[in-house]
Amino acid sequence: MSNGGSTSQHNGAGENYLTAGYGLKSWLLTTDHKRIAILYLITISIFFALGGLFAVLIRLELLTPAGDLFSSDTYNKLFTMHGLVMIFFFLIPSIPAVVLLGGVDTGWTFYAPYSEAYSNTAVGLTAIGVFITGFSSILTGLNFIVTIHKMRAPGLTWFRLPLFVWAHYATSLIMLLGTPVVAISILLVFLERVFGIGIFDPALGGDPVLFQHLFWFYSHPAVYIMILPSMGVISEIITCFSRKRIFGYSFIAFSSLAIAILGFLVWGHHMFVSSQSIYAGMVFSILTMMVAIPSAVKVFNWTATMYKGTIIYQTPMLYVFGFLGLFTVGGLTGLFLGTLGLDVHVHDTYFVVAHFHYIMVGGAIMGYLGGLHYWWPKITGRMYSEAWAKLSAVIIFIGFNLTFFPQFLVGYLGMPRRYHVYPPEFQIYHVLSTAGASVLAVGYLFPLVYLLWSLAYGEKAGPNPWQAKGLEWTIPSPPPTYNFDVTPVVTEEAYDYESMPREAQFVIEP
Amino acid sequence: MSSNHSGVVAHQFDDAVQQRETANLGMWAFLITEVMMFGGLFASYGYYRWKFHDAFVEGSNHLDYLLGATNTGVLICSSFTMALAVQAAQAGKRKSTIVFLLLTMVLGLAFLGIKAVEYTEKYEHHLIPGHGFQVASAHPNLVELFFAFYFTMTGLHALHMIIGLVVLSILVSMAWRNRFSTDYYSPVENAGIYWHFVDIVWIFLFPFLYLIGRS
Repeated sequence: MSNGGSTSQHNGAGENYLTAGYGLKSWLLTTDHKRIAILYLITISIFFALGGLFAVLIRLELLTPAGDLFSSDTYNKLFTMHGLVMIFFFLIPSIPAVVLLGGVDTGWTFYAPYSEAYSNTAVGLTAIGVFITGFSSILTGLNFIVTIHKMRAPGLTWFRLPLFVWAHYATSLIMLLGTPVVAISILLVFLERVFGIGIFDPALGGDPVLFQHLFWFYSHPAVYIMILPSMGVISEIITCFSRKRIFGYSFIAFSSLAIAILGFLVWGHHMFVSSQSIYAGMVFSILTMMVAIPSAVKVFNWTATMYKGTIIYQTPMLYVFGFLGLFTVGGLTGLFLGTLGLDVHVHDTYFVVAHFHYIMVGGAIMGYLGGLHYWWPKITGRMYSEAWAKLSAVIIFIGFNLTFFPQFLVGYLGMPRRYHVYPPEFQIYHVLSTAGASVLAVGYLFPLVYLLWSLAYGEKAGPNPWQAKGLEWTIPSPPPTYNFDVTPVVTEEAYDYESMPREAQFVIEP
Repeated sequence: MSSNHSGVVAHQFDDAVQQRETANLGMWAFLITEVMMFGGLFASYGYYRWKFHDAFVEGSNHLDYLLGATNTGVLICSSFTMALAVQAAQAGKRKSTIVFLLLTMVLGLAFLGIKAVEYTEKYEHHLIPGHGFQVASAHPNLVELFFAFYFTMTGLHALHMIIGLVVLSILVSMAWRNRFSTDYYSPVENAGIYWHFVDIVWIFLFPFLYLIGRS
């Protein structure tokens, strides 16, 4: 937010970061953070579509109890690819490459011994792919942390930072501390396969449970990498569309850090049934419950922000409502799973699948879409069609719940995950879920169309269509390459909405 | 570029001090990731050492602790010359910067040479895991596991040394072209921090792999 300002370079009138150069090289070798962001946006959107396609195929297969579309082998590859693409290339967005070269069928977790003894496809290549994306994660986290520490604009003290930045700071800490551990674990799997040495292979004395520890030490914190940025987006939008300063700024800021720290202490809750000691399980269970505290702090502060606010029902705010509801359901079912006894019953069932989709899809993607709609006018300089946007927000919410709520039920009844053949009494839930997935797919296609349409035909947005606070709304849309002609000096807290004159409160009519 | 910038301050920074502090913080943050990465390896090694204590002690006895100790001395000396290079760069002494950087490189290469001798010895004694591994032992698989860790850990460390040597050679050429000054020496400083870190990793590797439990 605060970078880049000190140069006195002048931008010609009408020139912005999108028109600064048109060649392929001017995009691929750019050092402008806004262009890099556009590259990320395009890349992750493509991967999202790809991951979604795998999901559709999975849901189609599950429409009937018999395995009629794919062999179990292909089905294994499908859900692995869905998990890998969505997690490593969309939710933790990073640089894609190698996963597309071959099928992998280990589950996204690469659990030994699946990844060693039974799996003869491209585990090695995929491991390299994840390793490369790991570097990308680490460097991104490093960049964010150093920038936030050392390159804030004058007057932008820690407690004047937008909460979006705090959320990214917490995310970056996790990327910095966690990613190297998964990198080394994946490297060990790679060495094991290439040189045939036994590190996790029980036949050679290795311990597969050690791999699970190493893997989840990163991969549990990684779920907070996926959700924290979305929480940051929610903080920005909710205060703007309630026309009220955020309630409990420092609590929201520190709860992000608390989530980041606690996130490193709960990995064992993925391993309650892995033969780890029961006492370890009890400690992990208690620590897992504690994650609910900072998460609830956030949800309560957001709702308190809306209290007595002037709530404006624009598209970004609809996604915030979606986030609050779905994240709460996902979070509470997380407590079910953190309870030792109950977890033994629902472990590896669709209950787990539904839980993490409520957090990841319900939470992270609501934040992603909300943020995309909120900053779209800033990124492109154009407004999208509000009516279509609202319609698709509603469709997505309905489709999502129809897809994943039945999975709680069928999971509780005993439907295990990762099976493509199942007893006929479960069919009704799978039919509901597949129907929901079709609705959801339609909801995702709409934004693709009306957002692209807006690029050419959308109304000009102007610098600040939402009358929002924050430095990015003080410069033209789309911004010039060097953002600020003169380094801005910050003199007030973030989200000082209440001191804005009443008549300036809002301009866009739905 | 505005006029108050000397040629070495990139456009996103206000001044040389901010640029140096930013670079230093970046290096320290990077080293945290390195600690976590080696930490994962050390934790796994520690777990197996506890679980298969006898086999790991047996494996440890196959290592040549004299060569290991020599290498420890070589690396400590290289850290000393590196520190001198940083000091010379801070003082703007071009010639001694180059000399000390070159000395550090020589010591780094000596370390890698000795390591290569050790690796060759292991190869001749069929102690390369997954590659015709043979050892007279009651549990050869577990001794092999020890050597898998030995090669992974020292190999990753050696890779860091090689990267360090590449960085040092770039610094020598930059110093040669007079790119450093009393205002701008953070590349040397940060390479120094990195170099010391790689040394410290070895200071932990040496006792864990070569010394403890040795008969």
